[in-house]
Amino acid sequence: MDHLDALEAQSVYILREAFNKIDRLAMLWSIGKDSNAMLWLARKAFFGHVPFPLIHVDTHHKIPEMIAFRDRYAKEWKLNLIIHENTAALDAGMGPDKGRVNCCTALKTEPLKEVIARHDFQGVIAGIRRDEEGTRAKERVFSPRNETAQWDTRDQPPEFWDQFKTDFPPNTHVRIHPLLHWTELDIWRYIARENIPVVSLYFANAEGRRYRSLGCAPCTGAIKSTAATIPEIIRELETTKTSERAGRAQDQESEDAFERLRSEGYM
Amino acid sequence: MSEVTSQPTLKIVIVGHVDHGKSTLVGRLFHDTGSLPDGKVEAIQAMCAKRGMPFEWAFVMDALKAERDQGITIDVSQIWFKTAVRDMVLIDAPGHKEFVKNMVCGAAQADAAVLVVDALEGVREQTRRHGYLLHLLGIRQVAVAINKMDLAGYAESRFEEVSGECLDYLGSIGLDTADIRVVPVCGRDGDNIAKASAHMPWYDGPTVVETLEAFHPPAGPVGLPLRFPLQDVYKLDERRILAGRIESGRLHVGDEVLFSPSGKKAKVATIESWNTPGAVMSAHAGQSVGITLDEQIFVERGDVTSHEAHAPMLTNVFKARLFWLGHAPLEAGKTYKIKLGTAEHQVEVQSVERVIDVEDLSSTSGGKVERNAIGEVILRSRGLMTVDPFTSNMRMGRFVLVDGYDTVGGGLISMDGYADQRPGLGVKSQNIARVAHRVGIEERWRANGHRGGILWLTGLSGSGKSTLGFLLEQHLFRKGCQVYVLDGDNVRHGLSADLGFSPDDRAENIRRIGEVAGLFARAGVIVITAFISPYRSDRERVRSVAPDLFHEVHIKADVATCEKRDPKGLYAKARSGEIKEFTGVSAPYEAPEKPELVVDTTHSNVDESLALLSDYVLANFSVTGKV
Repeated sequence: MDHLDALEAQSVYILREAFNKIDRLAMLWSIGKDSNAMLWLARKAFFGHVPFPLIHVDTHHKIPEMIAFRDRYAKEWKLNLIIHENTAALDAGMGPDKGRVNCCTALKTEPLKEVIARHDFQGVIAGIRRDEEGTRAKERVFSPRNETAQWDTRDQPPEFWDQFKTDFPPNTHVRIHPLLHWTELDIWRYIARENIPVVSLYFANAEGRRYRSLGCAPCTGAIKSTAATIPEIIRELETTKTSERAGRAQDQESEDAFERLRSEGYM
Repeated sequence: MSEVTSQPTLKIVIVGHVDHGKSTLVGRLFHDTGSLPDGKVEAIQAMCAKRGMPFEWAFVMDALKAERDQGITIDVSQIWFKTAVRDMVLIDAPGHKEFVKNMVCGAAQADAAVLVVDALEGVREQTRRHGYLLHLLGIRQVAVAINKMDLAGYAESRFEEVSGECLDYLGSIGLDTADIRVVPVCGRDGDNIAKASAHMPWYDGPTVVETLEAFHPPAGPVGLPLRFPLQDVYKLDERRILAGRIESGRLHVGDEVLFSPSGKKAKVATIESWNTPGAVMSAHAGQSVGITLDEQIFVERGDVTSHEAHAPMLTNVFKARLFWLGHAPLEAGKTYKIKLGTAEHQVEVQSVERVIDVEDLSSTSGGKVERNAIGEVILRSRGLMTVDPFTSNMRMGRFVLVDGYDTVGGGLISMDGYADQRPGLGVKSQNIARVAHRVGIEERWRANGHRGGILWLTGLSGSGKSTLGFLLEQHLFRKGCQVYVLDGDNVRHGLSADLGFSPDDRAENIRRIGEVAGLFARAGVIVITAFISPYRSDRERVRSVAPDLFHEVHIKADVATCEKRDPKGLYAKARSGEIKEFTGVSAPYEAPEKPELVVDTTHSNVDESLALLSDYVLANFSVTGKV
């Protein structure tokens, strides 16, 4: 079995388990390459359909092209899209100048928790991968969050033989991670094979810069690169020694900044 | 574009006792093979400086703050790694006893393992437990790294000593030690990690990297019989799609498939897919697929699709070897939810057969299975479960147990001593219907002066079934009853002459006797049967042949009493091993749960026992008072 076929089959299996076992389920869609690949895998799993809503947490700091891309494909693929934002924090002028971790918490984590509570979602599918970052490398595929959406890194449930945790106490939810076993290179190879649309920000511009990881404009730096096509990106990644999230400023604020963000409910 | 690797990524788990240097070895391995991203070493230097400690390679994998602060791995981590030979994922498992559940998560998905052992401390508790768990989880490719050789003065003698101790243990749990490579290393300094060590010129074997490269990717279970457990059924665009992952074997459009446990059959009409070029005509193990059928039959999640000729077994009982992760111990009488593939059932722990001590591999019978321990148990469900023994199909022969919200254990299925319950289900012949007699059953009863029925005597060999059966027959006959004994040895001369003593043959023997007894009973006769009939499922099946006429009588005597009697000398032969799978000695006896009558022959003599039986017949078979 081909490597990408094996990855795909596993993700499809996970998505179908989530759909069968979790009553109120939604998928996070950040418009990045990973969540686009994940959305594609959902269409594979459900034969062209996406049988649950997508959540986009709008921070108002996203790069405009991402929003245009979102609106185009939401319509084209007939997606049930829930857009949510922390209006109060935005009105109060929240931004990375108030501290990057504070900003992520206010504009991403808090509205995410709110939208989960408002719709009483029991499961939220997120496109994180183990190779991105050390704490994500320790994640479970079905990862429980408590009443306040916290992640207990000291006592994660056993998970083996693809038997996932699907029984939960009331008022808690589970994060489902169907891409956990993929690498950045796998994602690009799959995008190439399946012809999955991605925003053009990933491709090198005339100034010789491209985004390797997409987040909010103020906290995401472009890298120096001449890779202007998917095959060129794949070649670049095969030899790079820079980590994928090196351009994400919120991770670097302190040693455990990202762990603290994630423990509090960040994706 | 660059070529996509077609080889599967090899997953290797690093296990061993706490503080024997697993994370350090992995961190150093990454550095020495140039796999760390830029800036990682500097970031770790800063973390260590902040804590006032020397450089710590383990911080590559120990990403949680609590792990770094306490210098201990809490949860399993995975990191991708590439050598000239192949792509690999290293899974770093915690060695602390508290986190065995996390070690299991890592090891359960691995294709191979490296057991790390401290050269000074040697084999310790978690070394043994991890070794045992690896074997239990079905990992057959294992290497050993004897770490911290610097602390042992790089001495070959110490290496040989620890290496021998380690291989002795792994050999004793059933691993083939001829295939196990043992490498002396110093993880912190990189000795024999990626490069041969200058400190240990006496060692000319492979480095750790070369050892990892020598592991083989697993072969897919494509050659095994088809097992396609249904995950869900979708109704989409007028199609009814059965979705799931093929766990073993192959499936083709047009195949006639059987669904278990329901026994329904249909033909595969299409294999559905999205964004694939052209129609899919076949699929194989590992693929997540959807199929449609040529007719609309009711099937659901948990059903297992197979070909009829190679169907899985059906049973409501099996033996399991399991590892226990629950906070509360596992005990006989407790019930759990079992997840078997995509199926779920309630199971009761019928008994704890033995608890295995991983230290010295001794076992104690009965009792409780405590957290992190390994035990052998008998699990029983109400309905039929679709199973394969672990030895014939790894992916279908394993399960997890859930207690409340939590996964509390995992185990492997053994059907040794238990029969497949499928053969007794259903009728093979076509175009047959029951024909009504012109003589009613109650007319027969009036003519005979008593009811007909089956007195099914069950109990251990030597419990007194035949003795009491023949005495009761004589007693009732003298009173003018229509009565006949079906006895084991007599039946095996004719009706079951073609059967042996395997679990399947025993089950078939009981099925035949049950059918014959049912015919006798309907003819108005009192049939007394005298068979060990050790399996509840077999007796329940006989009951279902003639539910109103079936009387289960437990002729109860403990093994010690029966062994003392041993009228045919069979216990002696079983103890010496001459007879295999002997009930009560080397095969299970499942006592009736709610028998109509219990006759305790340990404490009652023959006359008392016979009186009990004849009283029962008088109370339940009398029509005119003849009996």
